[in-house]
Amino acid sequence: MAVARCLCLVVDDSRVVRKVARRILETQGFAVEEAENGQLALDACRRHLPGAILLDWNMPVMNGIEFLQNLRREFGPERPPVLFCTTETEMSYIEQAIANGAQEFIMKPFDDDILLAKFAQVGLL
Amino acid sequence: MSPHAFAVFAALLRNRSGLTIGPDKLYLLETRLTPLLRQHRIANLDGLATRLAQGRCEKLARAVVEAMATNETYFFRDITPFAHFRDHTLRYLHASRPASASLRLWSAAASTGQEAYSLAMIVAESSPWLGARGIEIVATDIARTPLERARAGHYTQFEIQRGVPMAALVRHFQKQEAGWRIAENLRAMVRFQEWNLLTDLSPLGRFDVIFCRNVLIYFDRPTKMRVLEALAEQLAPDGVLYLGGAETTLGLTSRLVPEPGAPSVYRRVSDATGTIALEMNASSSAAASAIERRPVSRPRSGAFGTS
Repeated sequence: MAVARCLCLVVDDSRVVRKVARRILETQGFAVEEAENGQLALDACRRHLPGAILLDWNMPVMNGIEFLQNLRREFGPERPPVLFCTTETEMSYIEQAIANGAQEFIMKPFDDDILLAKFAQVGLL
Repeated sequence: MSPHAFAVFAALLRNRSGLTIGPDKLYLLETRLTPLLRQHRIANLDGLATRLAQGRCEKLARAVVEAMATNETYFFRDITPFAHFRDHTLRYLHASRPASASLRLWSAAASTGQEAYSLAMIVAESSPWLGARGIEIVATDIARTPLERARAGHYTQFEIQRGVPMAALVRHFQKQEAGWRIAENLRAMVRFQEWNLLTDLSPLGRFDVIFCRNVLIYFDRPTKMRVLEALAEQLAPDGVLYLGGAETTLGLTSRLVPEPGAPSVYRRVSDATGTIALEMNASSSAAASAIERRPVSRPRSGAFGTS
């Protein structure tokens, strides 16, 4: 019997970061969908709401925090857990992420250990 | 490396730190002691072994023991024991002790301090219901260098991300130019101290909770038995011991029994019921009996059934 895999939407304007995250998550059994900015990620969520979102902060068209605000507005409590994944490491960014409903905050650069530890912290592993 | 040199290192490590090292771990000696060779201008490991065998080089012997210690640790490692401590043990101890009594916690192989500070974070976040309860956290390690890092409370971004949840990061750390520093109130909560688990532990006093995780795995059976007996001695009659996921007290001591349904959690039993009923070889018996026992009262039954 086929087992439904958790879909993780990886949102980052860097193709390299998306590729690295995909590789790590797929080894843990996640299905992965990619989007290169917040607007495309929001479109993807409207088509099919993923089980988790890994979200960059600085992106063209719609940045991470704008995406998170839109996600919250459109999907309310139904929205999936969001893990920010960004080069921004100042406390003010982390506080802003918390205030807008992010579940975790990953500071780039990351590796397998860090990414998977954070997914475990929010109960996704 | 000559067999003689290997024997010198193996004996030194076993006698001083309990670390058991077999011939399959030759690569560990080479990788961890090479920096020491450079530092002391010694040509190779055979030369180092010769210097150690000559005696009268206490500093060098200490440096070898330190270099061979495994300092792998991270905040809230394996999370489950910390959740158990937060949700069960701390609540039970707070409810069962007089308001004036301080609770004493021990991180027995503290390394660079992440375990002790994880406990401090839990204590700090439990302050709404702990009230004015005094909490003392003692953190010991055989190695001096990691303890210096622990006292400084300064961690890299990588170390922080391996375990510190986002909300705890905001509450308990300050961003520095390079890395993160633990908040001063948590740093003040922990007393770091150099201590060898193979020596007399009684000067450290009685503890309500001992975290001694991922330490026994490096010891041979007689040393495991000896250390567990000594830990049991330092544990309050209803105290709790947390071990690593791959460690157990089963077959090693009957004074510490697994807490049903709680992996890695062990409770002390009274000496009246805790007589060693295990088959021990002569050297194990000698090691175990070398630890003097003191009479203790029987623990409360169902100690953790209330929360």
